[in-house]
Amino acid sequence: MTSTIAQERFPAGQQVSMAAVAKPYWNPYVCGFLLGLVLLATYAVTGRGLGATGGYSAVAAQIAGLFSPEHAAANAVHAKYWNDGAPLASWTLFLAAGVFIGALASGLQGQRFRWSIERGPQASAERRLALAFAGGFIAAYGAKIAKGCTSGQALTGGSILNVGSLVFMVAVFAAAYGLAWFVRKEWL
Amino acid sequence: MMLPLASSMEFSVVADLMLAVVLGLGFGFCLERAGFGSARKLTAVFYLYDMAVVKVMFTAIVTAMAGLFVLSATGILDLGELYVEPTNLAAQALGGIVFGAGFIVGGYCPGTSIAAIATGRKDAMVFALGMLAGVYAYAELTPGIEGWIKDTAQGALTLPSVTGLSMGWFVLAFVAFLAFAAWGMSRLETRFAGLRPAATM
Repeated sequence: MTSTIAQERFPAGQQVSMAAVAKPYWNPYVCGFLLGLVLLATYAVTGRGLGATGGYSAVAAQIAGLFSPEHAAANAVHAKYWNDGAPLASWTLFLAAGVFIGALASGLQGQRFRWSIERGPQASAERRLALAFAGGFIAAYGAKIAKGCTSGQALTGGSILNVGSLVFMVAVFAAAYGLAWFVRKEWL
Repeated sequence: MMLPLASSMEFSVVADLMLAVVLGLGFGFCLERAGFGSARKLTAVFYLYDMAVVKVMFTAIVTAMAGLFVLSATGILDLGELYVEPTNLAAQALGGIVFGAGFIVGGYCPGTSIAAIATGRKDAMVFALGMLAGVYAYAELTPGIEGWIKDTAQGALTLPSVTGLSMGWFVLAFVAFLAFAAWGMSRLETRFAGLRPAATM
């Protein structure tokens, strides 16, 4: 178990600092249980669940507003995040800020902070970064069409048995498993 | 007291955003603890040698679902006050396929990309730039999709509302399925252990 974690942490070709040995991750069922409690608390307080893509949409609306506030307020997509000219005062964006701090704290405590590029032993850094950009672009488009991502649809909708969310989840895994063979050199 | 709180009390804007940060702390902590700040750990699920993504997601969903059911059955929480995103089967199927492709190619999903950036992953920073470009392009190039999704939606549909069965039956079914899946996933991990990339240390 310990050796496999070390294998995941340090992809081929990366210099390994002996100073910091990453502590193992927690049991996935324990993490899932805790994440479920966070989701439940979010529902109990706000009446809505978690989200992540909305934070990115808020930043996009802000950027559009720098060029033209009129356009940002009128565009069918930006308008939803425009918030009368203060798109950065977005609930989901502040949630993302919390995610950043929470993950940083957890990573530092577990000595898992790494300035690194995650990739398989056969993938070059350049190729991996190009695919990361392309993947981010595609995932964002998909999340916009589906009206949510792994957070907003799968977790949030799944837990109230939202039919569309369950369809979304099946579609995500079907597509990713279907493509896994074609991009195996990026990861294996 | 009746939950959700937001239905019976008004939060100030500042309080609302501070609440978001606090809930985000828990969210981010769980993601990083589970290993989801690493693209290799996340994509491992698609090569079957490490099923942590499904274990965490499914356990979280079942936990929240059971919690919502118990709180509602005991009269503490009103399920009718919770927001249900309207279902649009075509949009969620198509969007899900596109999203899944982006996930395996990019290595992250939107939430985990933030946890990965926080722990130094440069590829996650590039993924985030790609996402920003993606949402921007969606708004500028295809704003019409937004209206199509709204106009063709089937409405707020949940399994209990569609089938007429109580949520409790689905909680039972999901718990049973999780137990079965946990057994199946441990078998998969043993069977595909050879796919785990070798260390070069």
